[in-house]
Amino acid sequence: MATKTLEQVEGHFEMFQILNEEGEIVNKDALPDLSDEELQELMRRMVYTRIWDQRAISLNRQGRLGFYAPVAGQEASMLGSQFALEKEDWILPGYRDVPQIVWHGLPLYQAFLYSRGHFHGGQFPEEVNALMPQIIIGAQIVQTAGVALGLKRKGKNSVAITYTGDGGASQGDFYEGMNFAGAYNAPAIFVVQNNQFAISVPVEEQSAAKTIAQKAVAAGINGVQVDGMDVLAVYAATKEARENAVNGDGPTLLETMCYRYGPHTMAGDDPTRYRTSELDDEWEKRDPLVRFRKYLESKDLWSEEKENEVVDQAKDDIKAAIKKTDDTPKQKVSDLIEIMFEKLPVNLQQQLEEYREKESK
Amino acid sequence: MAQMTMIQAITDAMRTELKNDENVLVFGEDVGQNGGVFRATDGLQEEFGEERVFDTPLAESGISGLAIGLGLTGFRPVMEIQFFGFVFETMDGVAGQMARMRYRSGGHYHSPITVRSPFGGGVKTPELHADNLEGLMAQAPGLKVVIPSTPYDAKGLLLASIRDNDPVIFLEHMKLYRSFREEVPEEEYTIEIGKADIKREGKDLTIVTYGAMVHTSLKAAEELAEEGIEAEVIDLRTVSPLDMDTVVESVKKTNRAIVVQEAQKQAGVGASVVADINDNAILHLEAPVLRVTAPDTVYPFAAAEDVWLPDHKDVVERAKTVINF
Ligand SMILES: Cc1ncc(C[n+]2csc(CCOP(=O)(O)OP(=O)(O)O)c2C)c(N)n1
Ligand SMILES: [Mg+2]
Repeated sequence: MATKTLEQVEGHFEMFQILNEEGEIVNKDALPDLSDEELQELMRRMVYTRIWDQRAISLNRQGRLGFYAPVAGQEASMLGSQFALEKEDWILPGYRDVPQIVWHGLPLYQAFLYSRGHFHGGQFPEEVNALMPQIIIGAQIVQTAGVALGLKRKGKNSVAITYTGDGGASQGDFYEGMNFAGAYNAPAIFVVQNNQFAISVPVEEQSAAKTIAQKAVAAGINGVQVDGMDVLAVYAATKEARENAVNGDGPTLLETMCYRYGPHTMAGDDPTRYRTSELDDEWEKRDPLVRFRKYLESKDLWSEEKENEVVDQAKDDIKAAIKKTDDTPKQKVSDLIEIMFEKLPVNLQQQLEEYREKESK
Repeated sequence: MAQMTMIQAITDAMRTELKNDENVLVFGEDVGQNGGVFRATDGLQEEFGEERVFDTPLAESGISGLAIGLGLTGFRPVMEIQFFGFVFETMDGVAGQMARMRYRSGGHYHSPITVRSPFGGGVKTPELHADNLEGLMAQAPGLKVVIPSTPYDAKGLLLASIRDNDPVIFLEHMKLYRSFREEVPEEEYTIEIGKADIKREGKDLTIVTYGAMVHTSLKAAEELAEEGIEAEVIDLRTVSPLDMDTVVESVKKTNRAIVVQEAQKQAGVGASVVADINDNAILHLEAPVLRVTAPDTVYPFAAAEDVWLPDHKDVVERAKTVINF
């Protein structure tokens, strides 16, 4: 009997797709209501982000960026979901989810400062409802339940969305976050970007469950597996999750099936130790930009010219942002002491004086 | 004998014990096929198979729970926490559970676990990767905390840790992993846990330290020697328990001491050493025992790391204060 229940549950989590690899609509009923301008904007953001990723990788190699986790292959998953949000919604990202918070309003140069390990990278502008990328895998997920409940109790019509990976879905915090959000019917969306690997560990080794989406069932919340290389499917699923959340119809777990083309981070990871080039090729065939470009071209909404404009714009913006990053005053230890507490305790007051004196020499 | 880096010595110790004892298991995130993010377990899965050396799902509390359970069923787990900042995810597993297993069962059960983990500053990692949390661990009764500073010590101490029937937190300073090589015997040997080592002899001042600061202190000692001050540098090697016999004996000879740690000042290992010196040698002291530490902030963002970390100039300055007191 018990095995039968498991089979029944697993049978419900087929991958949701709208655009296939050829850029053809395969699920007309689910097609989201987006204007031509919005469709173009989605493409623009994906192209822009891919260029930014390439530049970030090369800046990192030149020693000019610091910590960086590549995002190519995950653009649809990241940007399609962010596009479904409103400005008042909160984002609680993991370390790889920098594009979402930048498209939510964080200035690019601050993202670069964060990469370099400068505290100004974390001083988000007032109107940006987001946290700094979380390094501790899973910590952001439980906090999301709290932000979501807070938004609800304050009478806001907004949601909290969080991102983690297939590895992150093994953390206790992942279950706790979903369970708490469900228990309070808090307006939360949990996105698991299943890029198939947690550094070197394949997703099959993380769990006996066939899908991550089905883990929503035990928490009593909505769950769906989405083609994470299909920006329309990700957008539509997130939009629906958002509506459910604000209407009191429960939190949602979204599993987006995607792939990271690059290394885990730029700090010495070598994917050839754990992935085959056949697998890389298989996923690159599903590329989110290629398929969406084909779709837009078929509707006469995209062209090489448009693409080049975006590429140039991205390069110019990055150049300007790097300049601003370079021009930011170096952080001092005394600055770090000052940001420790609202009112400095006596030990830190003394140390502040010591460091100020050292720094003035 | 072979020339080894510290990380090679660590791998060598695990290989030795995997060979010696079929109950030794090595596991953690990415330790299998990938050989660990620092390659500390490189080649071990290939050599000993997936049942002995394996990846775990991504959850630190899961990893220590697994270790405790395997320990109860006759295995000798060597678990890895990928970076020691992630130990917060399993403070209960480590300090609440494995540390107390023997005590709670009146000696009936125990946790023969080695928790290996990279830690320490100076290599520009993201947040929560580089913290010096040895003080937190040292404050948990039931744990031993070992911190080697050389390849030779690393091998002997890791073998002793794995063979120990109680939980040992074995912290590997990231900056020392590949910073130098030295002769390390290919055969097995152990170094007793809880024994400090005099890394440099001197008559004028005792510098008590551990981890990467051993090398910072040795550099400071060279500089002091140029000015005619002979510092004795003691590498604690184990910060819990502390080898106060070695420290006190040295202080009785030099009558002056400083303690150097990379960690923040408040409530740390250094404070404990100072208190123990006062308890055991106060009448031999010609000056107060001062500390060189980092300031009491959260571990700094990468771009400020180099200024934040204590360096040999800080050690020289503090040593001179004590000498000229
Ligand atoms: C609590 C914690 N444990 C371990 C790590 C080290 N670590 C960083 S990323 C990673 C793999 C994460 O994989 P996944 O959740 O699939 O996300 P992806 O990197 O694939 O986007 C690991 C083990 C960490 N940052 N935090
Ligand atoms: Mg992943």
